[in-house]
Amino acid sequence: MMRDQKLWTWHMGAGVVILVLLGLHMTIMHLDAILKFTALNPAGGEPIDWQNVVKRGQMIFFPLTYVLLLGAALFHGLYGVRNILFELSPSSGLKRALSALLIVVGLGLFVLGTLSALASFALARSL
Amino acid sequence: MPKTQGLPNRLGIRGWLGGGRWGMERYIYTLHRVTGLGLVVYFLLHIIVTSFRALGEAPWNWAMGAVSGGFFKFGEYLVFAAFAFHALNGIRLVLVELGFGVGRPIEPVYPYRTSVDTQRSLAIGALVMAGALAVLGALDILMMR
Amino acid sequence: MNDSTPKEVLYRVRRFEPGQDRVPRWQDFTIPRTPGMTVLDGLWTIKQALDPSLSWRSSCRMGVCGSCGMLVNGRARLACNTQLSELGSGVVAVAPLPNFDIIRDLVPDLAPMFDSHAALMPYLIREDVGEQEKPTGEFAQSPEELEHYLQFSYCIKCGCCMAACPTVATDPVYSGPMPLGQAHRYNADGRDGGFARRREVLSGERGPWRCHFAGECSRVCPKGVDPAKAIQLMKRELVWDYIRLRKAHRPTGVAPKPTEIRRRPDIPEAPARTI
Repeated sequence: MMRDQKLWTWHMGAGVVILVLLGLHMTIMHLDAILKFTALNPAGGEPIDWQNVVKRGQMIFFPLTYVLLLGAALFHGLYGVRNILFELSPSSGLKRALSALLIVVGLGLFVLGTLSALASFALARSL
Repeated sequence: MPKTQGLPNRLGIRGWLGGGRWGMERYIYTLHRVTGLGLVVYFLLHIIVTSFRALGEAPWNWAMGAVSGGFFKFGEYLVFAAFAFHALNGIRLVLVELGFGVGRPIEPVYPYRTSVDTQRSLAIGALVMAGALAVLGALDILMMR
Repeated sequence: MNDSTPKEVLYRVRRFEPGQDRVPRWQDFTIPRTPGMTVLDGLWTIKQALDPSLSWRSSCRMGVCGSCGMLVNGRARLACNTQLSELGSGVVAVAPLPNFDIIRDLVPDLAPMFDSHAALMPYLIREDVGEQEKPTGEFAQSPEELEHYLQFSYCIKCGCCMAACPTVATDPVYSGPMPLGQAHRYNADGRDGGFARRREVLSGERGPWRCHFAGECSRVCPKGVDPAKAIQLMKRELVWDYIRLRKAHRPTGVAPKPTEIRRRPDIPEAPARTI
């Protein structure tokens, strides 16, 4: 079982990765009208319009960084939830169950997110 | 775990929220937890909603339509503001919790200058920058209209 | 003290009599207020004149023994070190330290804190056991090496930091600021060689990983020990250790005795013994 010394170090590292990648994502999605990021919202309009989704989906940079961000954020977030729950002093059996549940949820969503990133890359490339 | 005697007297979750006469960093700690939980909840749903882009234009537009109401837009702004605070305070925590910005061990002379005082400028800087980002995010929404 | 200083003060004390009370209750006492009066002085006045059954721990009455940690007006302090004049002119509310079981009235059960403390091996660990038991000299330590841990050695184990910590409020497994601060006091001591043994405990749930730098421990510490600083410095050491950046140090050896000792010529010899 990974001990907290290691898990916490990865938690910090994942936080730094998220800072960069999610910072970029937030800038594209929520600061585009102010900063006028035409390079990453090339079709104009809203960042979530289909044309922009396709344009971004065609560059390998986005699916790659999405998967990296997905993994880092799932680990960081679910380890944080684990911390909060464990500080409420559950029994050791409940701790094992919670850890297992968080791992299952994390891996499941990671697989879902990675598959949809790969599928949308393929779809965007075909358009 | 050691056996204790006497009447239990732990503050429990109240100890996270209100134990009396705190410094700024204690409230920031609580806010960091709250924003973290909010971000996690949003994120887990976000993975599912954005996976619709793999299915094509019509499913994507349907998914975006489903989350386009005023309630959702406001919620997304809160997520942005929560991220701004959590990320900037997170930078401060990564620095401080690795022992940078807390000062060296010193001879304590009253009134004591603690590590909390030494890193106070980092905390204020994080709050100010988070506030600035939250304002920018609000401006962005207003400009989109 | 001038004419406007009140002549009396109202103490609101948290009482709990095991076997008699189901839950703690407040009890009010009005006592004379004198210049320079501390919270502890008031408790003694109450016990001597009003209610002999009031119980608490105190000893040195000068802020060095760590016995009288209590919650005074919502903040963990030493009763002997807290002047009434710094509390303002209102009610003085005295309660036992939170996050510890209450044995009676203002007496907390500090045993779990001392158990956590003992589990982190707060003593010098060295391989040369023979030297420790029959010392031939002193262990070498420069003033610079002393500075690395001296601040943390001032801890009087009063428990105020544990009462202020939000993690200790919910989590009995977390060691708490005092044991962790003291673990770092020994890890940072150049004479110590026990980092690997303490790491066995510190790498798990009893380690500093559930500290999130709320900083309240350092704010309430009556001796300026700054346990928060010790814990963050210790986290750095442990992370560096995980990513193999930590420089392991050998514990310092015995300082060589000076060999060239000659008496100064102008100092006379001592007179002969008469007994």
